[in-house]
Amino acid sequence: MKYLLTLILASTFFVAKSQVKLLTLNELETRVAKGADTTYVINFWATWCGPCVAELPSFEKVNKDSAGKPLKVILVSLDFKSKLNTAVIPFVAKNKLKSEVYVINEPDQQAFIDRVDKKWSGAIPATLFVNTNKKIRSFQEREFTYQELLETIENLK
Amino acid sequence: MKSVLIACFVMLGIAAKAQSGYQVGDVASDFNLKNVDGKNVSLASYKDAKGYIVVFTCNTCPVSQIYQDRVEALNKMYAAKGYPVIAINTNDPVASPGDSYVKMQERAKEKNFSYAYLEDPNHVYTKKYGALKTPHVFLLEKTAKGNEVAYIGSIDNDQEDVNSSKTTFVQNAVNSLLKGERPAVTSTKAFGCTIKWKKEATSK
Repeated sequence: MKYLLTLILASTFFVAKSQVKLLTLNELETRVAKGADTTYVINFWATWCGPCVAELPSFEKVNKDSAGKPLKVILVSLDFKSKLNTAVIPFVAKNKLKSEVYVINEPDQQAFIDRVDKKWSGAIPATLFVNTNKKIRSFQEREFTYQELLETIENLK
Repeated sequence: MKSVLIACFVMLGIAAKAQSGYQVGDVASDFNLKNVDGKNVSLASYKDAKGYIVVFTCNTCPVSQIYQDRVEALNKMYAAKGYPVIAINTNDPVASPGDSYVKMQERAKEKNFSYAYLEDPNHVYTKKYGALKTPHVFLLEKTAKGNEVAYIGSIDNDQEDVNSSKTTFVQNAVNSLLKGERPAVTSTKAFGCTIKWKKEATSK
C-alpha cells in the first residue's frame, strides 16, 4: 500500500515536472506567433501571489472548455527560477494544474515587464490575450472570474 | 443639486490624488513611526542625513526576502555617507499575521538589521507615499524645498541577483546625488508583492 502511494506520488511529481519548464519571452512570442489562429490566454502569476492563486481555477476551467477550440491557456509563473523544483513543480502537482505552466526565464525584470506591455505596472495577476492572425493583443492588469474571462475572450477585438 | 454634484467630483478628485502618492520631484512628508527597538523614528531624527533611502517592504513577501541582504548592504554602503536606509512595513498584521510587530522584531534580530524597520499602522505613509508593492523604494534628497523625491522604483533589475551585469538603480541614483548630479534614471517599475491592506470593514 505504502509503495503504491509512493508510486502514485512519484508519478504525479514526474508528470508535473515534465509539464513545467523555463521559458524566455522570445520563446513565448515565437510559440504564440506559430499559433496563427489560436487565441492564447497568457496569465502571469506566482505561487506566492494570493489573488493569482485564487483565480487559477477559472483559467483551468477555460483551458478545459477549450478542447477542440482554437484557444489555449498558458500560465507563466514569475516565481524565482531557483524555485522551479522547490515551489512551482510541487504547487502544480498539488493543485493538479492541467494548463501549460512555465517559469519565466528573463534576467532583467524591467525589460521583461516593458516588453510584455508598456502599461504594465509590474503587478500580478495580469493576463495577456493574443491572436496572431486576428492581430489581437490585449493586456489586462486585473483579476478575472471565470465569467469575466469568458466575456473578455468573447469580446476580443 | 449641481453644486452638490460638483462638490462630489471635487472630493473624488482629491481622494484620487491622495491615493496616487508621490512623483519624482515632490516633497515627501516626514513621519514618526515605531521602530523594532520600541523607539519612534522620523526623517528628522537623522540630523546629519543628506537624504534617505526609504524602502517600503515587509517580512513575508518572497521578493522582499530575496532583497533583504541587498537592503542591508545599501545601509552599510550609504548610511555613513548621509543616506541611511529606513524600512517601513506596509502590511496589516491582521491581513498578514507574518508581518506583525513581534514578527518584525524577530526578523530584525535574526538578520541583524543595521537600519530602522518601522511599522505603519493603517498604512498611513504607505498610502501617502504611494507604495504599491514590496519592496518599493523612495529615495529622498534633502534640499531647500524639503525632502524631495529623487527616485521611485526597484532596487535593481535582477531580483535573483545572478546577473553580474545587472543595473543597480538605487545605488546609481544615490551615487549621482552624492556627486551633486541628478540621477539618470529617476523611476522604474517596482516588481514585488501587493500590499496586504487592512480589511475594509475593520478600518472604520
